[in-house]
Amino acid sequence: MNQETNQEQKSFWEKLLAIDRRIIFLFIIVAVALPLFFRVSMRIPVTPVAEGTYGAIESLPAGSKVLASFDYDPGSMPELQPMAEAFFRHAFRNDLKVIIMGLWPQGPLQANIALEEVFQDEDLKAKNLQYGIDYVNLGFTAGNEVVIDRMGHSFEESYPKDGQGTPLSEIPLMRGVRNYDNVDLIFNLSAGYPGTQEWVQYAVDVFHVKLAAGNTAVQAPAMYPYVQTGQLSGVLGGMKGGAEYETLLGIPGRAVRYMFSQAVAHAVICLFIIIGNLAFFSMRKRRKA
Amino acid sequence: MSGEVVGVWIGAILTLGIFSFLYKDNPFYKFSEALFVGVSAGYWFVVTFWQYFLPKLIDNLALAYTVLSVEGKIDYHWVYVLGGGLGVLMLLRLFPSVGWLSRWSLAFIVGTTAGLQFTRYLESNGIIQVKGTILPLIVGGNLNTTIGNLVIVVGTFCGLIYFFFSKEHKGAFGGAARVGVWFLMITFGALFGYTVMSRMSLLIGRMDYLFSNWLHLIG
Repeated sequence: MNQETNQEQKSFWEKLLAIDRRIIFLFIIVAVALPLFFRVSMRIPVTPVAEGTYGAIESLPAGSKVLASFDYDPGSMPELQPMAEAFFRHAFRNDLKVIIMGLWPQGPLQANIALEEVFQDEDLKAKNLQYGIDYVNLGFTAGNEVVIDRMGHSFEESYPKDGQGTPLSEIPLMRGVRNYDNVDLIFNLSAGYPGTQEWVQYAVDVFHVKLAAGNTAVQAPAMYPYVQTGQLSGVLGGMKGGAEYETLLGIPGRAVRYMFSQAVAHAVICLFIIIGNLAFFSMRKRRKA
Repeated sequence: MSGEVVGVWIGAILTLGIFSFLYKDNPFYKFSEALFVGVSAGYWFVVTFWQYFLPKLIDNLALAYTVLSVEGKIDYHWVYVLGGGLGVLMLLRLFPSVGWLSRWSLAFIVGTTAGLQFTRYLESNGIIQVKGTILPLIVGGNLNTTIGNLVIVVGTFCGLIYFFFSKEHKGAFGGAARVGVWFLMITFGALFGYTVMSRMSLLIGRMDYLFSNWLHLIG
């Protein structure tokens, strides 16, 4: 009888170890999809690195100029687009002037999508923000880190015209903006190369300009040492970073809404890791016995 | 049916096509994948032509020619001939008999990149990071900073010892290396956690697209 139970238990662990991966996929898909239907408000603890990014923008007086580099493409939208929208809301709420650019061809387009979204807000509509006066989109230019380096000497060398083909000299916002000395902060949203690392290496450490950033979660851990050394004011790491930023801003958006799905999916993954380990150690014990 | 609706339907069907691979390889997946690769290649060709080749080479050479013909001067824009020439050499890889000439272009790229990156990496990722680990081990009245500084200093020191292979990892040296391994494992764990979060974020984005933009089940 005892031997039979043992046999049954053994087959249970063996079955668990040989579980079809599609069952795990199904669990993950359900864990991600189902919470999207529930408006559960989760408490989002704010980390000091996210506070650093928020604080760098919040501390700027009205009228300050922020150079915002959008270095990502639609593939990173779920992580970075909520940050982009939160950044614009933050900047325009505080009456900052935003100079948009991109080292990735699709980056400035992502900025336009975010602008379209935030301009639906009633309080921003009331501000009657004007292109060329309150914000400008310089577009994309090729050259990666060389563009960053050249802009340290002259913006016009890299961007003689904005994204719409208007010479910089004819744009009111760009008058008096020659190089990094004339901007108060660089805000970078990055999904890889060229991105935050290149901005640190070629702008911060050479021209001593202040930089705050938002990164995909894959990239974020590599940026934390720059925060510790003061090369970066702060980093928003992935969707969680975006949710932290929205929380600090007091405008919960998509990132906060997505966090419930993220939490449930992580719980399911942790559960599978625990079950997998239990099965593995149980089988090893049996084999040794 | 508006163009936007058609776009959402195409996006949704192709998303499901890619997801169908999770069940098993199938023609629907193959079609979606091939379409993605083809569209990406076409897109990047167009971007390369309009954003790189035309403004950086052709426009500058046209400017150089204009200055020469109008003012009779050779200005600095002629330097782009060098870049264009190196680009042509790169294409010679297509012809085996003269393919070796493409190595000149590669040598130029490798040389300039290495030269450019060396100083920047050395300062930003080397010297400044080393400076960042030279910290006081005890900060009076601030326990959090004291613990943080200790973790950074001990973690960096022991991590470096683990990668020191000229001495056998035995005794106190071996102990420090083992502590280094723990720090490395915790780092890899954190990296794995962040990667999982990133991938989950992409899945959430797609799911939200399907349920919100396509099916309108979520408001």
